[in-house]
Amino acid sequence: MKAPPFAYVKPRSLAEAFELIERPGAKVLAGGQSLIPSLNMRLSAPELLVDITGLSSLKTITLEQGVVRIGALVTHTQLAESEPIAKHVPLLAQAVSHIAHPAIRNRGTLGGSIAFADPAAEYPACLVALDASIVVQGKAGERMVPAQKFFKGLFEVDLAPGELVVAAEIRAQLKDERSAFLELARRHGDYAIIGLAAYKSKGNRFVFFGAGATPVFARHASSATEAKEAVSLLKKDLNPPADLYHSPATKLHLAGVLLERAWTQLTTSR
Amino acid sequence: MDPANDVTLTVNGTRVSRRIPARQHLVDFLREELGLTGSHIGCEHGVCGACTVRVDGQIVRGCLMLAVQADGCTVDTVEGLSDSKELAALQKSFHEKNALQCGFCTPGMLMAAQDLVRQGKSLSREKIREHISGNYCRCTGYQAIVDAIEEVLQTEVIHGQG
Repeated sequence: MKAPPFAYVKPRSLAEAFELIERPGAKVLAGGQSLIPSLNMRLSAPELLVDITGLSSLKTITLEQGVVRIGALVTHTQLAESEPIAKHVPLLAQAVSHIAHPAIRNRGTLGGSIAFADPAAEYPACLVALDASIVVQGKAGERMVPAQKFFKGLFEVDLAPGELVVAAEIRAQLKDERSAFLELARRHGDYAIIGLAAYKSKGNRFVFFGAGATPVFARHASSATEAKEAVSLLKKDLNPPADLYHSPATKLHLAGVLLERAWTQLTTSR
Repeated sequence: MDPANDVTLTVNGTRVSRRIPARQHLVDFLREELGLTGSHIGCEHGVCGACTVRVDGQIVRGCLMLAVQADGCTVDTVEGLSDSKELAALQKSFHEKNALQCGFCTPGMLMAAQDLVRQGKSLSREKIREHISGNYCRCTGYQAIVDAIEEVLQTEVIHGQG
């Protein structure tokens, strides 16, 4: 399977990138770990690939005034090895080992995963659970979008033509806060059957992935005061679509299993 | 006609320059332009791991990277790491433990395994399995592959800290 013909260009600055991505038929290439397979399978046929991986300003992780800012081109491997992430955003540090395999984690990026918005992807659910902001930039400047509003539908995000995801901003986890990340897959690194990103600060935030077109914030379950109650409320929050192997009822059941495990972790881990 | 780009990269220590189609994958470039057919092509969408090569010291999928993206990079393939003897311990161990049958997955498996060996840590079988989870073998059932990698890890760690 070979990709269809396209032209390739690698801008050296954000300004140059904004010019290029406005061209008709242009598509942004970051780590390419989802885009290149889709090109190989000819599900996508751009005229021009704009490779943004030369923009080194998007490759850093910074911590300022209690906010962690992760550049869009930070790879999964970089995230996994980052001390600030392990310390201040442990939810992402836990999530990253579930993403594909080492050779893919070396190239895949946070920004790519956010902009692509696969409904079974780990980061979007984490960012919604963390109440993070997605930093979007275009010629007109920068804007911040709450993660929950950014993921609008199946592979659909709040990104206008000519705009790029440049970073995600997350409030550093406080001492008395907890997070838990759980995922069920048939084999290690496979797409999730169902997964859960959970965050406990003043209240709980349970966000499921592989459970709908976007990350699903389980509002009712999150307001419960004990695990059993949360599990019983899940059916009000989730209506997961069937996949090749699992019916909606199975997925809902598995979501409850994950929720119970997460509840234990949130209430007992330190 | 295919849009083309000029690339210069270092493959197994040798600098090469070519004009190549933008859509050409790195593994196709290695196999077809340079004749390095040790990196295999299996699924061509990033699932099987047969095309695993090293770019700037990190393992990647050769079918999920365009050759043009490797411009300016250092690429190492199974041929290069065999010649430099970096893979010698793994190759010996794979041979002794019968860690291959048809051999199609072996180059990718060795590249992934060496990535682990380079980290210089003794690891559980579970961790070894996790690390090679992106490399499919349809013959061995993995048991012998894990045996082979485990042995090298244990030997390297003993010698490394000796």
